[in-house]
Amino acid sequence: MSGNGSGRLPAAIVDELARLAERYPTREALLLPALSMAQKHWGGWLPEEAIEAVAEHLELAPAKVYGVVTFYDLFHQRPVGRHRIRVCTNLPCQLRGADEILEALGDALGVGEDEVTPDGRCSYIHFECLGSCDTAPMMMVDEEYHENLTPESTRRLLEELD
Amino acid sequence: MAFEPILTRNIRHPEVLSVDGYRATGGYQALAKAYEMEPGEVIDQVKASGLRGRGGAGFPAGVKWGFIPKETGKPVYLVANADESEPGTFKDRLLMEKDPHQLIEGCAICCYAVGAHVTYIYIRGEYAEAARILEEAIADAYAAGILGEDSLGSGYRQEVYVHRGAGAYICGEETGMLESLEGKRGQPRVKPPFPALVGAFDCPTVINNVETLCNVPHIIQRGAEWYASIGTDERNTGPKLYCMSGHVERPGTYELPIGTTFSGLLETAGGMWRDGELKAFIPGGASAAILSAEHADIPMDFDNLAEAGSMLGSAAVIVMDQTTCLVKATARLAKFFAHESCGQCTPCREGTRWAEMTLYRIAEGQGTMADIDLLDRMMKNMSGTALCALADACVGPVASLVKNFRHELEACVEQNGSPYPERRYFSAEGAD
Ligand SMILES: Cc1cc2nc3c(=O)[nH]c(=O)nc-3n(C[C@H](O)[C@H](O)[C@H](O)COP(=O)(O)O)c2cc1C
Ligand code: SF4
Ligand code: FES
Repeated sequence: MSGNGSGRLPAAIVDELARLAERYPTREALLLPALSMAQKHWGGWLPEEAIEAVAEHLELAPAKVYGVVTFYDLFHQRPVGRHRIRVCTNLPCQLRGADEILEALGDALGVGEDEVTPDGRCSYIHFECLGSCDTAPMMMVDEEYHENLTPESTRRLLEELD
Repeated sequence: MAFEPILTRNIRHPEVLSVDGYRATGGYQALAKAYEMEPGEVIDQVKASGLRGRGGAGFPAGVKWGFIPKETGKPVYLVANADESEPGTFKDRLLMEKDPHQLIEGCAICCYAVGAHVTYIYIRGEYAEAARILEEAIADAYAAGILGEDSLGSGYRQEVYVHRGAGAYICGEETGMLESLEGKRGQPRVKPPFPALVGAFDCPTVINNVETLCNVPHIIQRGAEWYASIGTDERNTGPKLYCMSGHVERPGTYELPIGTTFSGLLETAGGMWRDGELKAFIPGGASAAILSAEHADIPMDFDNLAEAGSMLGSAAVIVMDQTTCLVKATARLAKFFAHESCGQCTPCREGTRWAEMTLYRIAEGQGTMADIDLLDRMMKNMSGTALCALADACVGPVASLVKNFRHELEACVEQNGSPYPERRYFSAEGAD
């Protein structure tokens, strides 16, 4: 039950968690950082295997880890596209045309929200305020902000994604 | 006399991202000065400055610091609230991305004042760029001996860590944030005990907003009296970052003395967008009551806005012109609160959902006059009956819609739907 020898979490994550452990008085506090790293490693979502590896490494009950995963919007329990797009549709962005950006995105990708394009390239969802209302409408592609969008620039951006 | 920016003075000077560049502007002198003072004197200065929390509630920062008990044998923590998720708010991101050392210095001074050695900067997960910039600045500050075992040769230990959230508005509520920091679901705690006594990891904890902490070096450096001379009165002091969004010509963050009027702010931001006409504005983020254009001359500070039935909140000023359907706008805000309710309290979980459903129903022409009264009653039942302020945050805009703009709701009912046509912002293909 040392939690270290499981070998199921990649060594790089185990090492990084060991470094971060010095910052907190409890091991449980590593859960959010651990899940974020695991999600990156597992292709943008958290399959059962990932959740169990994190639970085992941090010596937490899997049920508790599931509870945390479902609480936060940035954790996913279903496969996502290679690029994850989050379009802000909260009021300040809506007042600058965010609904039309969401529409343009849906038209261009040909799938519904939270679905993955057949080539596995993209999935998109509408999202709450991303703290960029002065450059509305805007969206986040993976970790990057794209601002002052128009339907046209949105389509161009999609074409440029690999 | 033109107002000289204080908190945002460096935002166009990328040199300040490095320790040396920040020092060249006088940076870290306030921290050195604080170390020459007794911790209690630092707290007294912050109290005398009148600085009130910039995260939403406006609690006096110095008073909060004074609640931290001494000699409990437990460590004390500072948690800097960088969750910034109140719709309309983007000032803390600017402060972190453009002048990270100002925040680090503010945190270090606060820690010294309350006897803490560890700061966690809890930053929302979406702010990847700000987190990266902060991490670099922190590493730089350790290398320069500002952070670490012997901060600036004072013998005082200072550690600063960035902790990234994972997407949940409720983690901005201070006890939700503590739960999240500890690796749990971000569900707010029952208070009391308050975080000053039982906070992070069961230890005494100060929680302050990013902007609040960024004020601290300036108060220490230039004095409480100078600071208190800025603003409306002794209860509303200092500079304030206002986030202008919506139908304004130049959306953005504007730093002005607290208590600047709404019309003054609007003018600074270039007036109404595309020559629209002001219909209504939300002065303090999604949780604040909506005010009509009649209130345009209101001084934007804690007390004047409270008196008008709204609040300064996070100073996220959302401007709406005559084309806006306020029923739909409010429905969108209710939808946000319904999505973000953590679900622990029945009035909040059910009330936010009901508000969302009822408002959309009315906007889409399926509502009745009885629905309007139902909304009103529902908001009264939600107010003050839940564990944290999220329930009241939903009541803010929704109750103000019923109270100040009832005619808009009635028009939707009478005309079987919103009388405002769906606005197309991008009319012709590729235009604007
Ligand atoms: C639902 C909810 C969300 C909140 N979100 C934030 C936030 O994103 N940032 C913030 O600084 N304060 C937020 N607050 C306020 C905090 O609970 C707390 O009052 C604040 O961080 C204290 O710092 P201050 O005194 O410096 O303002 C929120 C409160 C509630 C009820
Ligand atoms: S008021 Fe709402 S958000 Fe706050 S604790 Fe209760 S259910 Fe959760
Ligand atoms: S409302 Fe879209 S970024 Fe704030």
